[in-house]
Amino acid sequence: VSLHTPHVDWFGLGPVFALVGTSFFALLCAVLVPHALRRMAAFGISVAGFTTGIVLAVWLYVDSANGHTIVSGAFYRDRWTALGQLILCAVGLATTLIAIEHVPGSGRDADRTRRDDHIAEFFALLLASGAGMTFFVGAANLMVLFLSLEWFSIALYVMCAIDYDLEGSLEAGLKYLIVGSFGAAALLFGSALVYGATGKISFHGIAAAVASQGLTGDTFVVVGIALIVAGLGFKMSAAPFHMWTPDVYEGAPTTVTAWMSSATKVAALLLTFRLMTTAFPHDGRLWGWAFAIVATASLAIGNLAALVQRNVKRILAYSSISHAGFMLIGLSAGSALGGRALMYYLVPYSAMAFGSFAVVAARERELGVPVTLENLAGFGWERPFLGVAMWFFMFGFAGLPLGGGFVGKFYVFAAAYRHGWVWLVIVGVLATLVSLYYYLGIVRAMYMRPAEELQVQPGGGVAVTGGAPARETLLHLAVGAALVVSFGSLFAVQPLIDLARHAAGALPL
Amino acid sequence: VNATSLTSILIWLPIAGALLIWLLPLSRYATGSLALLFSLAEVGFWIEQAARFDFSGSSLQMEERAKWFGDLGVSYHVGVYGFSLWLVGLTVVALAVCTGYGFWVGRDRSRAYFGLMLLLTGATVGVFEAQDLLVFYAFFEAMLIPLYVLIGVWGGARRMEATIKFVIYTMAGSLLMLAAIVAYGLQAGTFDLVDGPTSASRWLFLGFMLAFVIKAPLFPFHGWLPDAYREAPPEVSAVLSGVIAKAGLYGMLRIAIAKFPDPTSYYRTTVLTLAAAALVYGSLLAFRSADFRGVVAYSSLAQSGLIALGLFAGTDLGFDGAVLQMVAHGLTSTSLFLIAGAVERRTTTGEFRLLGGMARGRPALATLLMTVGVISLAVPGSASFAGEFLILAGVFQRAWWWSAIGAGAIVLAAMYMLRLISAVLHEARGSTVADEALDLRPGELALVVPLVAGLLFLSAWPAGISHHSFFGQSPAATVQSQFK
Repeated sequence: VSLHTPHVDWFGLGPVFALVGTSFFALLCAVLVPHALRRMAAFGISVAGFTTGIVLAVWLYVDSANGHTIVSGAFYRDRWTALGQLILCAVGLATTLIAIEHVPGSGRDADRTRRDDHIAEFFALLLASGAGMTFFVGAANLMVLFLSLEWFSIALYVMCAIDYDLEGSLEAGLKYLIVGSFGAAALLFGSALVYGATGKISFHGIAAAVASQGLTGDTFVVVGIALIVAGLGFKMSAAPFHMWTPDVYEGAPTTVTAWMSSATKVAALLLTFRLMTTAFPHDGRLWGWAFAIVATASLAIGNLAALVQRNVKRILAYSSISHAGFMLIGLSAGSALGGRALMYYLVPYSAMAFGSFAVVAARERELGVPVTLENLAGFGWERPFLGVAMWFFMFGFAGLPLGGGFVGKFYVFAAAYRHGWVWLVIVGVLATLVSLYYYLGIVRAMYMRPAEELQVQPGGGVAVTGGAPARETLLHLAVGAALVVSFGSLFAVQPLIDLARHAAGALPL
Repeated sequence: VNATSLTSILIWLPIAGALLIWLLPLSRYATGSLALLFSLAEVGFWIEQAARFDFSGSSLQMEERAKWFGDLGVSYHVGVYGFSLWLVGLTVVALAVCTGYGFWVGRDRSRAYFGLMLLLTGATVGVFEAQDLLVFYAFFEAMLIPLYVLIGVWGGARRMEATIKFVIYTMAGSLLMLAAIVAYGLQAGTFDLVDGPTSASRWLFLGFMLAFVIKAPLFPFHGWLPDAYREAPPEVSAVLSGVIAKAGLYGMLRIAIAKFPDPTSYYRTTVLTLAAAALVYGSLLAFRSADFRGVVAYSSLAQSGLIALGLFAGTDLGFDGAVLQMVAHGLTSTSLFLIAGAVERRTTTGEFRLLGGMARGRPALATLLMTVGVISLAVPGSASFAGEFLILAGVFQRAWWWSAIGAGAIVLAAMYMLRLISAVLHEARGSTVADEALDLRPGELALVVPLVAGLLFLSAWPAGISHHSFFGQSPAATVQSQFK
């Protein structure tokens, strides 16, 4: 029996292999490297992995002007994939920087040795989930899509629960596992229906089969699309598939939340746009409307629910739901402009989402209790750099012209308008208006509370010795990088849009 | 310096100054001095720009254009017209004076404070110089960021309510403007204000106008005004009413009227009615107001109404008068708010029932308040008189009753200003007025006197502005041709 093996373009899978390989080494490190060196060794491996990923992604971007599938049509080697991988690896690198100082459990766990015992595993999981995501954005058939989704999801479930001595963290991990599995099941079922109707699993094949067999509007395909939309909706935390988001974001270690809120969203949105435009162009009207409705629901629920929150991580969780809504506006347009808008939007968004959670992580470490609007009081004046950064991210999220978030909103509105959906523009505008209240609420809490309210007790009322907060050089570095990206993307719109245009050029639009 | 780069320098110099101040760990004194230096340099650059401006030349001058993002036709495009030159001048002068005031009273958290004041300067100049809709929008919004923090951190006891109201009101307007900008720009294929065509869409016109009438504000969109003007620190109230409000009125002139000629004539009566309502209602509220800043705040509402009356009259005299009045009111209201601040510092209050008799032993305060007050009530011979007269004459050409309403409101202006002057300066000595409450100090005089000197200069030569705002013989024709 001769086994037919496909030709493998190893270089096309470079970023994925870089992350998988380093993940493996990080895991070995947990076993083989002496305790004293483990922390730095694992950190170094993680930095090396994500840096290699960035280099290879840039290289692939340059070298993949003619997008094509590799490994028997299982994976796309094109600029859409490469740019997505670049963003993911950059976020991963930044997460590594904050993780070394904010290892899950830090500041709460008195037993430092036990905590350090998990550092290498943590980086291994981080790299593994990054590898899964970089694989996910390039998926070219439903099987790879499902496998890579599970791949990074499983790593994330464990990362959420890595603070296993904390109830909140365990709860987050379990909740994410159950809800995420439900989403994955929906996705799998949808994939099966689509496969059943078309007999194909590759994105291109599905489109061709739908066209040749006249399956547009076919019940199985339509139900399949609906289930796939639901499954992916869970991952991008779009309403009404968002229920897990606030709880998981709140309970998970903040470092993990920072990683999830930016990277998962990047991966899920980019893949969804590719899947919809490549596999289901004939049902464009259908999924266009579906995503427009999902976007509206996300904007409404995310923004309204955020208004009543006091916990800053929950506010940011709802804000991430609402931003999923904004990006889905661009996605639902299903046009080249929509693709550009989505790709552009993700750059400042992921920087701001990551940066704001990193700032929360710093405050959390300082206080030793969950960060609320109350105990954020005076933070802006105590920690000027982090305060200004947070101020900046909040105004940027709100779409004020202090960063690329403003241009991103402008682009998705332009995409919706050109699609003929003025109502969606109005929805987006109203949602932005509502969102101002809670974003400014955070700024207000940091800077404008009356002096008597500033007497926040560190450690939740328990006096903490040690005086000045930790130096956290690497966290400052990561937040500074996020600041530079979100601010710079306001000025460097043209270069970024050119990148996004070339990336979207790989899609059949 | 190259003449064209002056335009960009005026925008980016203060913003660079803000960043510098945030980065350098200087003492309070050094920070304030540096900020003041930047704002004075800004005034210097503006004088240079005005000197090089060719008032007989046509169209946009000192233009700069660079690509921002091409696929949607958005570019960084800035330049000045005659009327924008005056508004930029008003901005840099008023902001320099207000920065100086902040320095003089020694605002705490000085690096944050002075950085924000400089940021505000740059953003406001940007609004008056932008020639691309998205650039205009970006600066229009960017003004809000420093204002929000300035009021929220350094404001009075009820600043939280004031900031929330202020931000929600303004953003409600400007976000709808963003939707209108997207629609206009994608229809036109460009966001450029100079190249862009006119539009007949009433919806788009309303989208733009809503942002402008809230910013100006006109009745009934002034809900944010009393709180913001009362709770902000006095120098920020001065900027709000003297300069920021003009951004709304400028937007009406530069965008709403010039780009939407048909909707402008369709909605002319409506806008004129709102303007007249703002004028009369604001004047009545000012007359009833129980405190210094309340009077000035409501009189700003009235003046915004008057200026909008001139703009939407759509006649030569109306446009000339509106521009002159924007500058004149900017200077008077800045001075009045700063004087209000000086009074509040001496007596801890602006309430009339606790004030009175301050003229005794305080000749400088009395003279300045009297002078500004008299100019602001438009006594014949003053700059405000020239502006108001032109506006009323301009709107008379539209229909006589508008100017009848306007003239009536000017009588009210005399009533509320005289009431303010006598309540603060004359009458029996108020319970909070102590002998120790000194006259204006040299520092304060150095701030307010230049503004008053500017007003006196304009009173002597109002044509300096009214004849140098629009090129060509007829301002109305110039506006109709979209300033081309």
